[in-house]
Amino acid sequence: MSEPSSPLDFLPLVQRARLRAVGFDVSFPAGARLFDEGGEADRFWLLRRGEVALDICVPGGQPEAVMETLGAGQLLGWSWICPPYRWHLGARAVTAVQAMEFPATDVLALCAADPELGYALMRRFTGVVAERLQATRIRLLDLYAPHAGGPP
Amino acid sequence: MSTVTPPLPYRVAETRAETADTRSLELVPAGRELPPFSPGQFAMLYAFGIGEVPISVSALHGPHGGLVHTVRAVGAVSAALYDLRPGETVGLRGPFGTGWDLDAAAGQDVLVIAGGIGLAPLRPVVHAVLDRPDIYGRLGILVGTRTPGDLIYRGDIERWRDRAEVGVTVDRPGPGWHGSVGVVTTLLDAFALRPDRTHALVCGPEVMMRHTARTLMGRGLAAHRVQVSLERNMRCATGHCGHCQLGPLLLCRDGPVVGYDRVERLLAVREL
Repeated sequence: MSEPSSPLDFLPLVQRARLRAVGFDVSFPAGARLFDEGGEADRFWLLRRGEVALDICVPGGQPEAVMETLGAGQLLGWSWICPPYRWHLGARAVTAVQAMEFPATDVLALCAADPELGYALMRRFTGVVAERLQATRIRLLDLYAPHAGGPP
Repeated sequence: MSTVTPPLPYRVAETRAETADTRSLELVPAGRELPPFSPGQFAMLYAFGIGEVPISVSALHGPHGGLVHTVRAVGAVSAALYDLRPGETVGLRGPFGTGWDLDAAAGQDVLVIAGGIGLAPLRPVVHAVLDRPDIYGRLGILVGTRTPGDLIYRGDIERWRDRAEVGVTVDRPGPGWHGSVGVVTTLLDAFALRPDRTHALVCGPEVMMRHTARTLMGRGLAAHRVQVSLERNMRCATGHCGHCQLGPLLLCRDGPVVGYDRVERLLAVREL
């Protein structure tokens, strides 16, 4: 696949630089646990390389069920935006991951100091939430609706 | 072909298991031959004594030079076709339908997006584009299936990775699956889409095609740059019986491939 555009490209250069200044590079080996369902959502990531699986706990000692995977160029984590600031899903690195990590407290402080940046960022993350909600609905409809099914 | 014709006998030259319930049949004429098919066109396959169903051509030339159709056993007729063995005979009418407009994609990037067995009618497109790299730009192949076991043409997909940008995602991963999970449109994030010079060809469940088309349009692709392959209840395949009507369209004749600009509104009309 070709190099995707950055999901932060929507920000003007100055604001992008301001945001990047609070971020730092991180890497995770394949299999590393990035966060667990219910844990404190105090950061988010911009994925640069590798794949991350979003999963959910399944009772009865079963392995976590993978709901979705995210890859390079995508934003990981939106639960830091709104109460109760707890992760709705868990996340595990499927392959080695390189990412830029952003602490929520720093980003929220930036947003408070620069409402334009805050507004733009919130719009971007609202888009992420909307995309994932819609994708979930489509999968549910495709998988479980009585009329589900492909062409002959 | 627009007139009713009797089915011509074709012999099963070879069968190939794709998944637990899906099989590809290579068919060679047992006598008179049908006119050539184009990618995206379909034939009416007649299981003698049982019935007839429309099946898109999934390769124009199989190993024996015959037409290839990929059949998923979901009903009495498709199950009978699925059970055919080499040497047995099937009735064939066609070619029917519009096929993919590959002329419109000349000089452009081609983005093939398939859901499940929707990859079957798109496989001849992949063959055509790979055969003529001088005519087309980049080729993206994005495939979504319900489970890893539902993925058809695994060998082809691995071979295509050398010459195209290929992504595969599943709804429900099983043990040993280390690839993407989620709707097929999530694979678009890794494809550097050039909206002003890309044609997207989409086939799969209707809800998947609508979601995909809307996502593509949200990323700047004009509706006329998106082609979808629509299926309705095709019976006569000649535009006479009306079973496959979608508003002003009779999909066996005016489809199955249509520009999304023609059907976007129709697909949102409740009564159609």
